[in-house]
Formats: sequence, structure tokens, C-alpha cells
Amino acid sequence: MTDSAATFDIDMKGGVLSLIARGDWRARYLGAIDGKLRDFTDDSIGRDIIIDLSAVEKLDTSGAMVLQRTFHACAERTSASKIVGARDSHAALLEQVEQHLAPCHVEPLHGNAFVMVLRRLGKGVIDAMLAGQAILSFIGEILSTFARSVMQPSRFRWTATVHHMEEAGLNAIPIIGLMSFLIGSVVAFMGAKILQLFNADIFTVELVGISVLREFGVLLSAILIAGRSGSAFTAQIGSMKIREEIDAMKVLGLDPLEVLVLPRVMALVIMLPVIAFLAAMLGMIGGGLVAWLAMDISPALFMVRTQETIIMNHFWAGLIKAPFFAFVIAVVGCYQGMEVEGSAESLGQRTTLSVVQALFLVILIDAFFAMFFLEIDF
Amino acid sequence: MTLGQSVHKHIIEVEGLKTQFGDFVVHENLDLRVREGEILGVVGGSGTGKSVLMRAIIGLKRPSEGVVKVFGEDFYAADHQARLSIEQRWGVLFQGGALFSSMTVAQNVMAPIREHLNLPEELAKDIAALKISMSGLPEEAGAKYPSELSGGMKKRAGLARALALDPEIVFLDEPTAGLDPIGAAKFDDLIVNLKESLGLTVFMVTHDLDTLHATCDRVAVLAEKHVIACGPLDEVRRTDHPWISEYFSGPRGRAALSAKAS
Repeated sequence: MTDSAATFDIDMKGGVLSLIARGDWRARYLGAIDGKLRDFTDDSIGRDIIIDLSAVEKLDTSGAMVLQRTFHACAERTSASKIVGARDSHAALLEQVEQHLAPCHVEPLHGNAFVMVLRRLGKGVIDAMLAGQAILSFIGEILSTFARSVMQPSRFRWTATVHHMEEAGLNAIPIIGLMSFLIGSVVAFMGAKILQLFNADIFTVELVGISVLREFGVLLSAILIAGRSGSAFTAQIGSMKIREEIDAMKVLGLDPLEVLVLPRVMALVIMLPVIAFLAAMLGMIGGGLVAWLAMDISPALFMVRTQETIIMNHFWAGLIKAPFFAFVIAVVGCYQGMEVEGSAESLGQRTTLSVVQALFLVILIDAFFAMFFLEIDF
Repeated sequence: MTLGQSVHKHIIEVEGLKTQFGDFVVHENLDLRVREGEILGVVGGSGTGKSVLMRAIIGLKRPSEGVVKVFGEDFYAADHQARLSIEQRWGVLFQGGALFSSMTVAQNVMAPIREHLNLPEELAKDIAALKISMSGLPEEAGAKYPSELSGGMKKRAGLARALALDPEIVFLDEPTAGLDPIGAAKFDDLIVNLKESLGLTVFMVTHDLDTLHATCDRVAVLAEKHVIACGPLDEVRRTDHPWISEYFSGPRGRAALSAKAS
């Protein structure tokens, strides 16, 4: 087969160029000659040309296109130019292809690179502003929908809420618990190493207690839930948006906020404090276990020390943040889901954005809380 | 009749096909032969497994019994290399177009060219432009994303992608469903035109009686888990079967027939 790959010869007779094509002119063999053929075309613009196809064995639309392109390369062919020697089937292909020679754009048009950069920058700023505005209005809508549900509790979607509590909350407990347990033990280990230098092993209890209760328990839970459930919310709502299910809901008189968003927000706001509490407890257990095994601080001593030194403030300071984190994660997840448009790519972008924004906001809020607690000495 | 058939070369042969989803049997002992260079229309009520039959032939739904031969080769018994070469010789238009949404139309058409033919970028672009134009799309459609296209344009773009490698067989799953009558008629013309100029064999699943009349050389009717009739439209129409007579003699069947006559 390969020995019959497409080739061509050029001949000059009496001022008329002739191109004699030979072999298999199907798409797979054209790659080798396309460059040469283009060079030939550039050189021969404006001259008469005869294309001889009598030695062509096979031809497909791509081959026909290449031949026609060469033939039509010059706008002012005279009548002396012609294609000769084509078999009937090849002639039919050439004729079919002739009407379709116009090139087309492969990608949307881009302008000047510098202008594009400026345009993207400007678009980014305006988009960020509009997104901020949109998310605030989305929060407003959720709150007003919530208020309406409180007035008419019968409208509230209990089944959906409980479903999401199980899906996003209960099912996440094993992994979050395990992570928290491990983090608690790692903190204890790290602390023990350093504190042993000062003969202050017993302070491991404070180290574990304060860090896990105040920060790690709730923060880890929030991060995992953002990755696990925030993204799921975006994907669920986004794919419903793509399939016009959201539009169908609207025209059926169902409020997507009430049916889809509020149950998810409520489920997370209820479940995240519970998860954070469990996470904190498991973190303490992890820390306690390491203290017992690696430093001979018995569980009883660990408990007593905890009761003596760790005031309830630490516990509340951690737990009080949970509903705020939950609210932010759920709102961002649902908002990004609602913003999905058309394509699968948009769904992917929005899901990524949902996790990134939720994590960013969670950490930002955490920092605000830290400053706030510092100021009020909590 | 047997003499007439024996001169035809069969490009697709399905023998004793049985497909099932769990315990639910879709096809049982189904035989079908597609001749080279014809347009075969596959019709049948909803749920008779027209699309499943197409998926079984193109390798997406492994049959539990039976043989599917394409180009004389048993697709499901073939090795990876043989399958790849078969797959380069057919093109498939899925019902919704199934365009890759992250690529423009031209990039969609170029995808199989890039993957299977080692061609310079410029040539690949020219070929893509040719297929797009042959599918009846305006040239500015090349740079558009699938989400910016109407339903009819998506189908045309899907057809352009199916034609990218100059296939010998084109599979069309309900090509005119969801198109307006004018668009559907144009699509019918396009298919006949391409079949004639490119020598394609077309396997078409359809509901559309007008399309059947306008394009198909032969029609296969699916019912009761197998092909109950297969032949030229006029012959099939006279077959004595309740579904067939209802299908062709119902109000829509008669309207399509009179449209064809006039």
C-alpha cells in the first residue's frame, strides 16, 4: 500500500504547466506532499495549469480538495487550465468538493495580544465586582426564602433537608473523624518532641486541647466538607441547569431556591457543628492516645489536666464558627451551580471555583474570628 | 429474489444477535444485512431497540449472543488494532450531535483527523473546513462552540465530524428528530447527496416517515425483538403485520406517502 502513496510530478510543455498526480490520494497519504504542493501553488500563481489524474488510483474528499485548491489557487485561470484524466467517480468527487473550498476559522477570533490582556484584566475586575454583587443578592434571596419558610413551615422541604444531612453530613463523619484523630495525634507528637526539651511534657495536654478545640476540629471539618459537599452541590445543581431542569422547575411554579438551595444550606448549617464537635472530640482522643503511649501521660491525668486548664471558651470559640463556615460553603456551592452554563467545561470550571472560593472564604472568616476573639479576650 | 440479493456485497452482517440489559432482552435472534452503498432505514416503535441495535453494531453494547460483522470482520472478536482500523472506516452521528463541548466545531471535526492521520495542521484545517461546508454549515460556524449552535446546526456539525475521515459507513441516530420540517428536508437531501457523491453506506435509525420516503433504499422494521421485515419501502409496506400497517397507514404515514407522490 505504502508504495502507492500520493506523489506528483511537474512538467512544463509549451508554456503550460502540468501536474501529474499518481498513486493513492487519500487523506492519510497527503501529509507527505501537502507542503510541496503548497510551494508549487505559490510558485505557479497566474499560470495555466493542467492537472492530470489518469494515474491516480484512489481519491477521497480530502485529496479532491487538495487538487481543487491547487487548481483554484489563482483567481484568473484561463480556459487553457483544466483537470484531465479523471475517472467518473473521481470527477464526481472533484465536482462535489469544488463548491466547498472556502476556508473557515478554527478558533474564535483573537485581537491584538496587548489589547487582549487589557480586556481580560478589565473583564476580570468587572466580573469579580458583579460576582460579589450577585452572591450578595443570592444570600439575600436565600434569607428571604428562609424567612418565608419560617412563616409557613409546611413549605419547608424536610425530606430533602434530611437527605442532604445524611449525604453531606453523616456520610462524611468517618473520613473527617479519622483525619481529625490523626491530626490530634500528630500535634501531640510534635508538641511532645519540643516540650520534652523543657521538661514540660504535661503542656502537651494544653497544646492538643486548645489547637484542636479552637481551630483544627472545625477548620478540618469545614475544609473537608467544602471539598466533598460544596463541589457536589455545584455539580448537582449545575448538571440540572444544563439539562434545563431548573427552568422546568421555574415554569412549574417551584422555586429552585426553596427546593434545591435552602435544604442544602440548612442541612450543612445543622450538620457542620455536629461534625466539628465529633472531630474535636476525636482529635482530643488522638492526642490523648499519643500522650499516653509516647509520654506516659495516663488518660486519667490527661482528663484531669484538661478539666483544670482548658476553659470552655476554647470549645465554644471553635464550635461557634461552624454554622458560619457551613453557610458560606453551601451558599458558594449552590451559587456556582446556578451559574453553570451550557457546556461540560463550564460545569468543571464552576465546580473548581466553588471549592476554591469556599476554602478561601472559610479561612478568611476564620481569621476574622481569631482577631475578633483576641479583641474581646474570649 | 435470491439471485438478486447474491450480487450485493454486504458491508454489515448481523447474525443471531441477542442483546439484553440484565434480564430484559431487547433483541433475540436478530438478523440484518446492510448492502454496500445503500441507505438502510431502521424503524420501529419506541423501545424496540433501534438505537441499541446501532450501538451493538458500532461496538458500544456487547451482544450476549450472535455475531456482528462489519467489513466482513467480527467486531467483537477482533483485536485492538483491527478494531481501530474498523473504527476509522465508519462515522457516527449521535442523536444530540455528541459534540465535544470544550472544542469549537472545527476543532471537533479536526479531532479524529489529528488522532488518526498524521497530517500537517494547515491541511487538517483545510479538511475540516471542507467537511463543515459539505455538511451545509456556514463557514463562520467553524469557530463556534457547540453551546452556541441551534439543534439543526449541532446535527450538521456532528455529521461533519462523522465524515472527517471519509468513512465508508455512516451511522445516523434519528438525524432529523427535533428539526423543523424545512431543516429536516434539507438534511434528507444532504444525506442522499453525500451518499451519492461519496459512495457512502448509510445506516439510519429514524422515526421520520418523510425521511424514509425521501432517502432510504431499503427499510428494516424492528418489532418483537427482531427484524420482522426488510426490503424496499413499497415491499415492506405491504407486509401483513399489525404494527407495520398501522405505521404506514396511519394519518402520518398516508400524509408522507401523498407528499412523496406529489
